[in-house]
Amino acid sequence: MAATTPDVRRDGRSILERSPSARRADPLFRATLIALAALILALIAFFFVYLINKAQPALSHQGVLSFLFTNDWNPSKQIFGAWPLVAGTLISAAIALVIGVPIAVATALFITELAPRKVRSPLIVLVELLAAVPSVVYGLWGIFVLIPKLKPAEQWFADSFDFLPFVGGHVAGPNYFIAGLILAIMILPIVSAISREVISTVPPDLKEASLALGATRWEMIRMAVLPYSRSGITGAAMLGLGRAIGETIAVTLVIGNSPTIGKQIFDQGYTLAAVIANEFGEAANDKLHAGALFAAGLVLFVLTLLINAAARGLVRRAERSSRPPTKVKAVPGAGA
Amino acid sequence: MSATTALAPLTGRRKATDKAMRGLLAAATLVALVPLVLVIYYLLKKGLGAWSWDFFTTDPTGNFLGDQGGIKSALLGTIEMVLLASLIAIPIGWGVGLYLVEYGRKGRFAATVRYFVDVMTGVPSIVFGLFIYVTLVLGGWGGSSFAGWKGSIALALLMLPVVTRSAEVVLLLVPDGLREAALALGTPRWRVTMKVVLPTALPGLITGSLLAVARAAGETAPLLFTATIVNATTFNLGDRMNSLPVQIYTDVGSPNDQLVQRAWGAALTLVCLILLTTLVARLASRRSRL
Repeated sequence: MAATTPDVRRDGRSILERSPSARRADPLFRATLIALAALILALIAFFFVYLINKAQPALSHQGVLSFLFTNDWNPSKQIFGAWPLVAGTLISAAIALVIGVPIAVATALFITELAPRKVRSPLIVLVELLAAVPSVVYGLWGIFVLIPKLKPAEQWFADSFDFLPFVGGHVAGPNYFIAGLILAIMILPIVSAISREVISTVPPDLKEASLALGATRWEMIRMAVLPYSRSGITGAAMLGLGRAIGETIAVTLVIGNSPTIGKQIFDQGYTLAAVIANEFGEAANDKLHAGALFAAGLVLFVLTLLINAAARGLVRRAERSSRPPTKVKAVPGAGA
Repeated sequence: MSATTALAPLTGRRKATDKAMRGLLAAATLVALVPLVLVIYYLLKKGLGAWSWDFFTTDPTGNFLGDQGGIKSALLGTIEMVLLASLIAIPIGWGVGLYLVEYGRKGRFAATVRYFVDVMTGVPSIVFGLFIYVTLVLGGWGGSSFAGWKGSIALALLMLPVVTRSAEVVLLLVPDGLREAALALGTPRWRVTMKVVLPTALPGLITGSLLAVARAAGETAPLLFTATIVNATTFNLGDRMNSLPVQIYTDVGSPNDQLVQRAWGAALTLVCLILLTTLVARLASRRSRL
């Protein structure tokens, strides 16, 4: 054997080189993958433009601002003021955040900082199981269990605390509060999972330092963990908000579907997503009405897009700032 | 935080606060699990009573009165549509994940794709349903307005970002040393990807994809406008197709006690199906050596 490989040339190239046909596969493979990635961007753009196009008749009939802020949804008279729907969406989502986020963050704190190591992963699995229950099943449970069982308690609360704003008066069966409660349950797993992710990136030095200074566990959480992960937790809450705003079926079943703005949290309401689910059948032959529903979908799309973009930014920044660049950690995002 | 002042001496009050707050966090965790227990309890209590051989082997009759039939068409429809959706979403999702990890770790295009995939995970499922409704259903593609395959595409859109994100995360875990070793042996890039990277990451990829399948199986909103509802079982994806979530949704809205009973039985079936998929997903990830 020769000590050096002789440069044997055949057909003008070294035998060590790959044949031209073998080389062709690589760029082809790369191009295919790029095309798939581009397909996703193209799809989003295509659907967005198409939806705008289909919503156009209703939006030009009503006017964009009037569509959003007129308090009169009356499809039979061709009046499409979606404010009651927008308000209902925001009210139910707000109730969901008020109930769901503190519990979700508390769960995340308990699992990462306080729970004995043995019960950690069972607890994580149980919280994630909440996300495995489909929306329609929560709706079914809400209608036949939650609404009848909670009504006396709600009425008692409304009567006893009627000095509070937005409380008092007759309690409707399906109402904003029930919808908010169901939404709180539904956003809990994702808010908890992301908060856990963010909290676990708090550097141990910080925690150990505060403990070494004589802080109690809770003081360590309050002074080291929470300030460090605040922006990430905010991001998690915003992701929950996005979920709550877009949730359709469960809310449709428990909010009462009345296109008015309730005076109190135990009144019936309506949301953007629910109106689409309910009225699309009757709207099929009415271009204007259908257009109004597409416009409602458009509002949902843009709203969730903006909220998610902001939330992802917060979460990513919170995780990146603390992570050593060589170590890659799984981000269980929407999979939940 | 006033970092300059020392902590107060460990008085009883500080101890009490610590205890109270720890208790509060533990209590909140318990509260979070209450709905899970309640939902499962009521599903079993009301759903098991509806289960019978006939329940799974007859189609809904659609009669106004009398025998209402079972959920055969809904169960089969869900399985068919979710299978087709998986066939669409999983290859594309893995492909995009591969692109992001193998070719697109840097660069503006890859960053844009990554960003939009992230954002897409938060788009409400009803919006995906509307997308397919305004394009494929109103456009009357394939000869009919509503069709099972259109439902599948709506579900696939919903799964795509989830599959892609999880694929990216798993592929990133494949050690670069493996890729470099294969490349150093003269293997072309595409063969390294197909023969080294993919097999190494496969258990994780399957887990992520099955979780997306489980999510899609429970979705109602995208199917409502695309596949709608019928009574009869069909294996033709070009026809309207029944599904468990839509069947439940329709039954819940009816004043008939038998239909409500069927809704509970169908809900229990659906949850079992989803839990089974999730379980298989978790088992697959156990085989992962990453």
